[in-house]
Amino acid sequence: MTAAEMPTHQARLAARRLSVGYDSRKVLDGIAVEIPNNTFSVIVGPNACGKSTLVKALARVLRIQSGEVLLDGSPLSQYTPKEVARRLGMLPQAPHVPDGILVEDLVARGRYPHQGLFRQWSQEDADAVDTALRRARVEQLRDRLLTELSGGQRQRVWIAMALAQMTPLLLLDEPTTFLDISHQVEVLNLCRRLQREGTTVVAVLHDLNLAFRYADHVIVMRSGGIVAQGPPREVISAELIEKVFDLSCRIIEDPETGTPLVIPQNPDTAAKGS
Amino acid sequence: MTTAVRVAWLAAALSLTLLLCALSISIGSRSIAVLDVWGFLLRPEETAEAAVVTQLRVPRTLIAVVVGAALAVAGSLMQSLTRNPLADPGILGINAGASLAVVIAVAVTGIASIMFYMWFAFLGAAAAAVGVYLLGSGRRRTATPARLALAGVAITAALTALVQTIILTNQEAFNEFRFWTAGSLEGRGLEITGAAAPFVAAGLLLALLLAPALNALALGEQTGAALGVRVRRTRALTFLAVTLLCGAGTAAVGPIAFVGLGVPFLARAAVGPDQRWSVPLCLLLGPAMLLAADVAGRVVIAPQEVQAGIITALVGAPLFITIVRRRRIEAL
Ligand SMILES: Nc1ncnc2c1ncn2[C@@H]1O[C@H](COP(=O)(O)OP(=O)(O)O)[C@@H](O)[C@H]1O
Ligand SMILES: [Mg+2]
Repeated sequence: MTAAEMPTHQARLAARRLSVGYDSRKVLDGIAVEIPNNTFSVIVGPNACGKSTLVKALARVLRIQSGEVLLDGSPLSQYTPKEVARRLGMLPQAPHVPDGILVEDLVARGRYPHQGLFRQWSQEDADAVDTALRRARVEQLRDRLLTELSGGQRQRVWIAMALAQMTPLLLLDEPTTFLDISHQVEVLNLCRRLQREGTTVVAVLHDLNLAFRYADHVIVMRSGGIVAQGPPREVISAELIEKVFDLSCRIIEDPETGTPLVIPQNPDTAAKGS
Repeated sequence: MTTAVRVAWLAAALSLTLLLCALSISIGSRSIAVLDVWGFLLRPEETAEAAVVTQLRVPRTLIAVVVGAALAVAGSLMQSLTRNPLADPGILGINAGASLAVVIAVAVTGIASIMFYMWFAFLGAAAAAVGVYLLGSGRRRTATPARLALAGVAITAALTALVQTIILTNQEAFNEFRFWTAGSLEGRGLEITGAAAPFVAAGLLLALLLAPALNALALGEQTGAALGVRVRRTRALTFLAVTLLCGAGTAAVGPIAFVGLGVPFLARAAVGPDQRWSVPLCLLLGPAMLLAADVAGRVVIAPQEVQAGIITALVGAPLFITIVRRRRIEAL
């Protein structure tokens, strides 16, 4: 490994020359990504560009074809699956809800990587579940059926399940999709709170304006490649958005936070101008 | 759902099973008081009643317990693995494989011995299950539940056609098969129970050990993998456990309908979708259901008997439909 390929010391999670795909088809081809320690990092990009594939590869849910993923400096392949799951939690885009499961029981399943043949349910597990329910603010829902909850409540319960894993790293694939704006903000505030409490959070988001407002670090993807990564104010430009999303737009400052705000161009004025 | 409620369910199921064991030993063409039964077991006597108890009723009760537990737990594993609450271990082609093996054994060798059928049926069940697994896995791919189910349906259809062909052309095979396929606990001595028990015990142990991994995998393949489950290994071991349990159970007494479908469903309704609780509950309720069916079969048209497999199908199915209809359909 040359010096240029070494992960910087503050990267908890990094991919080097990473190629991943399904069967023989490559979706990500030799990409490099870094998730800096204790940041809220956001992955954005058009549909089917490989965001979920990247998240799955980083969490070792998908087999790597070539290259490597480094977790705290060591290749993922050197950890057992449970060791990975004690350091890194991942919520996929569409987890399955078992029929008739109660919130508390679902959250308790996040303790799986901490249990083993000779270490079944313990007080530590019970405490971790309580803490996770409290941090995700779903304590009062603990005895409810998951199927009875609203979309926003459900999403927070799923996050609580991942929090029960007690991992320093958390990857969330589209945690805000299908939520209305106030529930989106609620989930993003939760992510921000988790980051302030010391967790390194990575989320795939669709709403660019919210993404740039909340992200410390943004990773912009397009057709299986990384187009830009860094703090949103430094990397986001109208040219970048136009290239990635094929959308003519202006970038202004968010009046609330000063972060980049994407304003799509009015097709009528665009037509007049050309 | 609190732990206390779940423990209460287990205690209730245990009491029910013990009660049915007592009934199974005392009820029959010759009724024997439960208190006398204790006496016969503790101090063997030379009376006809003592002989009925020790040579017929006790072995029959034991095999109902072993097979009932095996089929119910196999069903629980299948429903968890396929994430389909209506999956039955039969969809893996195990019944069809066992049937074909029995029919071939009779047609080719002409030997009519229950012990001989048992080994043949077990081999047939295992061979069919391995075939389904290989077909459902394809080249280098993991066996997904949907592919397994498809492979199971296809292989079952093919094997059943072969069974039909053989029994239509071979009168003796037809007669023996008719008896075997009704699922009877009668005349299965202790040696059958003894032969099936090690396989069932291994399967039950696996089922208990796999419970936490199957719980995690029930949240979806990706969530399970993210929680640290070795998905491929867990699926293969679950498949192995189902084959051991259902193969040994079916080989011992013939195909028994409904226990593998209905009991896990009821267990889940009682203690929730948690394998750590529903497997032990199935372990107790499976024997209860099979014992109840067997005892009922001895009394409904006494002195004649109806085979337990027929009772489970006749009574279990409508009961099941009633329960399912009373619950909301979405809850399926
Ligand atoms: N399980 C799969 N099998 C085969 N191809 C897949 C699978 N999942 C995703 N793909 C393909 O990989 C590409 C990237 O998908 P994905 O990572 O899900 O995109 P995104 O999350 O950015 O929308 C798409 O072309 C998609 O069709
Ligand atoms: Mg996606």
